Amino acid sequence: MPKNSIAIVNAGGSNISSLTFALDRIKASYITTNQIAQIEDSSHVILPGVGAANDAMDKLKKSNLIEVVRNLKQPTLGICLGMQLLLDHSMENNVNCLSIIEGRCKAFSQQDKCPVPHMGWNNVNFNKASPLTEDLDNDDYFYFVHSYYAPITNSSIGITDYSESFASIIQKDNFYGTQFHPEKSSDQGSKLLRTFINL
Amino acid sequence: MKDGQVVKGIQFKNHEIVGDIIDLASRYSHEGADELVFYDITASPDRRSVDRKWINLVAKEINIPFCVAGGIKTIADAEEVLNYGADKISINTPALKNPDLIEQLAKRFGSQCIVVGIDSFAIKNNYKVHLYTGDPDQSKESSKTTNSWISEVQDRGAGEIVLNCMNQDGVREGYDLGQLREMRNLCKVPLIASGGAGKMSDFYDVFNQADVSGSIAASVFHKKIIDISDLKKYLQKKQIEVRL
Repeated sequence: MPKNSIAIVNAGGSNISSLTFALDRIKASYITTNQIAQIEDSSHVILPGVGAANDAMDKLKKSNLIEVVRNLKQPTLGICLGMQLLLDHSMENNVNCLSIIEGRCKAFSQQDKCPVPHMGWNNVNFNKASPLTEDLDNDDYFYFVHSYYAPITNSSIGITDYSESFASIIQKDNFYGTQFHPEKSSDQGSKLLRTFINL
Repeated sequence: MKDGQVVKGIQFKNHEIVGDIIDLASRYSHEGADELVFYDITASPDRRSVDRKWINLVAKEINIPFCVAGGIKTIADAEEVLNYGADKISINTPALKNPDLIEQLAKRFGSQCIVVGIDSFAIKNNYKVHLYTGDPDQSKESSKTTNSWISEVQDRGAGEIVLNCMNQDGVREGYDLGQLREMRNLCKVPLIASGGAGKMSDFYDVFNQADVSGSIAASVFHKKIIDISDLKKYLQKKQIEVRL
């Protein structure tokens, strides 16, 4: 396979045009697929996230992708819900996820200064070095839209403060996840995507 | 937006063309805007929904979130706009004509992408919501006070409120701080100030004195009176948290 043949896992026809436009802007080539062979043969995999955790897990199950994703050896990036799916469990409809990275997603509680969903620009503190963030400026801003969050664990490489402090970037081996949307996060987001496809 | 061009008026009248949609979108995202909002101002007065061809072009061009408004009256209208690549939709006149629409949209797409725009006209300290504001001949007062409508749209699931203070629109004499402060106290969701920005200190005042979550401006950017990156550096110096 050529370098930078990215497979975007889309098991359920969700709207991922923002992501594909962002990849077009950095001149990356990709396919959108739920075919096992195409995903396994790709150089990089992106697991986008739109919708609810249980729906997304159902769709992965129906396409027989649970074990396929778990066993990926190439750099793999989960975005937003896609990052949460890498964890053990999500409180969103109480669903078991892929258990690639340790952690259980919880819901934000509604608070005066911190409405739910958490929506908008927020900064990310790189608490641990990672190849994904080495070209980025610490404490730079990224664009978030989410109601559930991943707890801070040994796998957290970026941390963000809202009503709770939470893991905004995670990594374990070849698996990476960002709670924010790099495809909507201006130049810093483009830089992160470019770094990822060069891993 | 009108006929494929970006236009700007004064107090919602006498609109003049200020530029091409894609050129301006690209310029503002490079200057450091955090979000762009596109109003198809004649959609509701013309009884049509927003013309959508340009949404896809904008989505391809810029790498920041954007919101589209203009005659979104149904779930299908909203779905189409979001599928073309908009991150949020904003409804104004259609929400006043059919308040249930807010609930339907929030349930289907989530509150995070449902913005309610409110055009508020002040007579002394009485604030009334107006509709069909995109066309001066049709613009009229609704039966609702701004205060009651702000509470109602949140109860119905709005995730964000943009308050256009009509008296201040396009005149560049500063935001309506009194009105915004009063309405801020009614808001659990982000309140975005709109209408009246003329100089950098107006932005400082609206964040500092009205505690809004964001501010929208058009004329000062369209007419190149204020550069967005200069504005953000100024705000940061004044201890307002901004993304640089």
